[in-house]
Amino acid sequence: MERPGFLPRQRLDDLLVLLRDSGYRVIGPQLAEGAVVYRDIGAASDLPAGVTVESGPGSMRVIKQDSPRQFAWANGPQALKPRLFKPAESLWQVQRDAQGRLSFARCDETPQAVAVIGVRACDLAALRIHDQHFLESEYRDPYYARRRERLLLVAVNCTDPATTCFCASTGDGPAASGDYDLLLDELEDGFLVTSGSPEGQKLSAALALTPAPDARCEVARAAVERAAAVQTRRLPPGDLFDRLFAHRDHPRWSEVANRCLACGNCTQVCPTCFCSRERDETPLDGASSVHQREWDSCFTEGHSYIHGLVIRAETRQRYRQWLTHKLGSWHRQFGRSGCVGCGRCILWCPVGIDITEEVHVLMQEPVHD
Amino acid sequence: MTERGIPMEAEVVARVDESPTIFSLSLKLVDGDQHDSYRFMPGQFNMLYLYGVGEIPISIVGDPDQPDLLQHTFRTVGRVTRGFARLQPGDRIGLRGPFGRGWPLEAARNRDVLIVTGGLGCAPVVPVINHVLNQRQQHGRVAILQGVKHSDDFIWRGRYEQWDAEPDTQVLLAADVAGPEWRGYRGRVTGLFEKLELDFVNGITMMCGPGPMMTAAGQQLLERGAGPDRIWFSLERNMQCAVGQCGHCQYGEKFVCRDGPVFPYADIQHLFGVRGI
Amino acid sequence: MDRYFLTQIFSTCLVCGVYDMKPGVAVHKFSSCDGCQLAFLNLGEELLELDRLVEIVHFAEAGPFDEQTPVAIAFVEGSISTQADTERIRRVREQADFLITIGACATSGGVQALRNLADSGAWHASIYPEPEYLDSLDNVTAIREHVKVDLELWGCPVNSRQVLAAVRALLFGVLPETDRDKVCMECKRQQNVCVIVAQGVPCLGPVTRSGCGSLCPRFGRDCYGCYGPAEALNTASLGKRFAGLGLLPEQVVNRFRAIHSHLEEFAPPQGPDYDRE
Repeated sequence: MERPGFLPRQRLDDLLVLLRDSGYRVIGPQLAEGAVVYRDIGAASDLPAGVTVESGPGSMRVIKQDSPRQFAWANGPQALKPRLFKPAESLWQVQRDAQGRLSFARCDETPQAVAVIGVRACDLAALRIHDQHFLESEYRDPYYARRRERLLLVAVNCTDPATTCFCASTGDGPAASGDYDLLLDELEDGFLVTSGSPEGQKLSAALALTPAPDARCEVARAAVERAAAVQTRRLPPGDLFDRLFAHRDHPRWSEVANRCLACGNCTQVCPTCFCSRERDETPLDGASSVHQREWDSCFTEGHSYIHGLVIRAETRQRYRQWLTHKLGSWHRQFGRSGCVGCGRCILWCPVGIDITEEVHVLMQEPVHD
Repeated sequence: MTERGIPMEAEVVARVDESPTIFSLSLKLVDGDQHDSYRFMPGQFNMLYLYGVGEIPISIVGDPDQPDLLQHTFRTVGRVTRGFARLQPGDRIGLRGPFGRGWPLEAARNRDVLIVTGGLGCAPVVPVINHVLNQRQQHGRVAILQGVKHSDDFIWRGRYEQWDAEPDTQVLLAADVAGPEWRGYRGRVTGLFEKLELDFVNGITMMCGPGPMMTAAGQQLLERGAGPDRIWFSLERNMQCAVGQCGHCQYGEKFVCRDGPVFPYADIQHLFGVRGI
Repeated sequence: MDRYFLTQIFSTCLVCGVYDMKPGVAVHKFSSCDGCQLAFLNLGEELLELDRLVEIVHFAEAGPFDEQTPVAIAFVEGSISTQADTERIRRVREQADFLITIGACATSGGVQALRNLADSGAWHASIYPEPEYLDSLDNVTAIREHVKVDLELWGCPVNSRQVLAAVRALLFGVLPETDRDKVCMECKRQQNVCVIVAQGVPCLGPVTRSGCGSLCPRFGRDCYGCYGPAEALNTASLGKRFAGLGLLPEQVVNRFRAIHSHLEEFAPPQGPDYDRE
C-alpha cells in the first residue's frame, strides 16, 4: 500500500480549490440548525472546527471546543443518501393534447459532478448497499446512476464516535473502506491523505504532498483503534431472520409500540433504507402531469395499503417489519445486514428507541407463543 | 440488466362491464412497433397509469398466444380504480410492463393441473387456463375451482361454461352465500376438494385469491399429499415501482413485484398466513 | 360513494378535459378568521386559471354573493358556533354535491372550541351588559357534526396547494388523495434537522398530519399541531417525552390542546398510560 501523504491543515483549501477546478461542486460538513449537516462548502473555514457532538438516544447537542479539528464528530443526520437517492424527484412527465393523446418523457437532467468531503465508514458501507439495490439488481435506476457516476468521495476516518455508534460491531467502521477516492486521517496539525482510486491518485499527485512519517501514521492508526474500542453498543452478528421470526409474537413488539411514535424518523435517517412512494403532481390546468418519487417509510399506513386494506395497520407490525427486514431478510436480499452501525436511528428517534437494546431483549428471552 | 422505463401510451379499444363493480378494458399500445413486440407470460402484470392520477398494478388477463388482446380486469375499490372505471373506448392511458414472474407452465406439462381461485383472483389465472387448454394434450386432468363470497359476485359465466365443455376438465363453483338461482356448491371453495378426481401428489396447483382462502387451501393440499413445491400462489401487495426498488411489496425477504407475484409454497411457507407480514 | 358519483357531478370529458358545463364552486364562511379563504385569494395567476375551469358562484370575501344556486363543490371555512350557523350549514349542504371543509375550525372546531373547556356563559355575563342578545351556542362544533362532509382539508390555515390538488383531482373525476402521514415525513424529505432531538423543544410533528410542508420545523420552530392528528397516533409517548424535556403536566396538556382541543383522539395524554414507565 502506498504511504499516505501529509496535508498540513492550512493547505486544506488547496484540496477544495483543486476539486472545484476539476469541475466538482464541493459538499462538506457544516454546523447548521444545531447539527453537523452536509452543504456546499466554499472554503475550509466553513468546516465545523472545534465542533464535537454529545449525544444519546433521542438527543444530541453540539459542543464547541478550542480545537482546530474539523472532523471531531461522528456523523450528522444525513450524509450521502440524499445526494444519490433524492428525498423527492421527478421521474417522468406526460403531456395530454386536445385529442387526449398522451406523450411521456423521462425527466433527464445531467447533474453536476459532486465531491463530498468528510464521508464516514458507515456511509460508505451504506453506499455499497444502495449501489447494489439501485444499480446491480435486475433493474437499474437511471436517476440514481446518473448521480453516482458523477460522485467523488473524500472519506475521513472516524475518531470520535457518538455513544449511539456501533459500527465496530457490524464490521463497517470506524476505519473507512470501500469506494472512496481519497481518504483522510485527521491529526492535530493536518491530514494523512491516501488515495483509493485513479481519480484520487490524480488529485493526490496534484497536491504534491510529502510522504507522512511513520510516527504520524501510528498516531492516526491508534486514534481509529480507540474509536472502535470506546463503542459500547453491539448488535448480534449474522442473519437474525430465523431467530427474530421465531419471536414474531413476542410481547416486546407491543411494548416497543407503546413507545414508538410511528413517525418514520428512523427510516428517514437510516442510510440504507430505500423505500419510496410515487405520486403525480399536476398543475391546475390539467394539460400535463409530473410523476414523482419521494422517500417513504414502512412506518406509514400507505406503505402496506392494498385495495382498501392496510396490511400493517398496527405500529407493532410496522416496527417488526422494519427490524426483521433490517437485520433479517436483508441478509437474503443483499448478502449482509441492512445495518451499518451508524446509530442514527437511535440518536434521531424523538423518543430514543434503541435498536441494539430491542434486539438484545428479543434475542435473550425465550419464545412466547 | 434492464433500465427502469417510463410508460408507453395505450388506447382503450373495448370495455366490458362484468358486474356492478368489476369491469375489463382491452388495450392496444398506440405505437405499432411497441404493440407488436409486446409479449407477456401468464401471471405477469402491467403498471397502468391513469392520466394525472397515478399508476396501479393490474394482472394481465387474456391469452398469451393471442397478444393482440391485452386485457385487464379491475375491481373498483380505491380512488385510482374508480378513475379507471370512467374510461371508455378511445381513451388513452399509460402502460409499463410486463413485470414479474408468472405461472410454472413448464412444471405443469404432462401433469394434472388444479386451479383454485377466489373472488377476482380468477383474473390472473385466465391466461394460464387458456394456455393449458390450448395445449390440452400436453396436460393431464384439469380442474378449475372458483369461489365467491356471494353468488352475485360470480363473473365470466360464459368462460367457465366453455372451459367445462373441454375434455377431461372439471369446473366447480362455490359461493359462501348464494341466491336461489345458484347451481354450484354452497360454502367455501375448499369444500370442493373432495369432489376432485386429481393426482394431488404429482399434479400442480395454481392459486389466487384472498389470503385466508389460500392459507386454508394450501393446508388442505399439503394434507392431501401435495408437496410444497407443487402448490403455487399469486400474491398481491402494494406496488409502486414494479422493479423491486420502492420497497412496498416486501413480503419477508421477497419483493413480490420482482421475485413473484407467483411463488411456490415452498418459498413462502415460513411467511404464509402470518398477520401483518 | 358509488362509482358514478363523481361522473354525475363533473361532466368532464376525461379524454380532452373539456367540460360540458363549468362546475359551480362556492366558498362559505362560518365562525373563523378568514385565513383559509386566503388559500384562494393568494393564488395569483392560478386564480384566473381556476376561474376558467370552474364557475365561482359564491365567495363573499372575493365578491360573488349567491348562496342559493346549487354548486358542484362547496368549500366551508369556520366552525358552527351560533344557532344561525346550524341552519345555514344545512342549506349549504343541500346546495352542494361535494362538500369540503377547509381548515381547523371547520374540520375540528378549531381554536374557538377552546371555549368548550370553559364556562362561556359566565364569560359573557362578565363582559356584556346584556348577554341575552348574543346568539352563541354553549359548544363550538365541527362541520361534520352537523352535515355529511365529503373531504376534509386540515390546517390552520390550509394552503393553496391543498385546495388546488383537491380541485384538480375532482376535475379529473377522482377523489383527492388523503395523506395521513406525520409531519416528520415531510420534514425529513426537506432535510430539516429534528428540533426535538437537536434543540429539545416540544415539537408535535410526530403526531401531526402532514400537508403544511413542515413549515415550522423548516424555520427551526417546533410544530404546534395545526394540521391535526395523523394516523397511528401515540400522544401518550410523545407527551411523556415532553415531560422529559421539562414541561409540567399542564404544559403538556396545553401543548396538545391549542388548535384541536375539541378532538378526542388528539386529546392530551393523561391517566395511567401517561404515567406508565
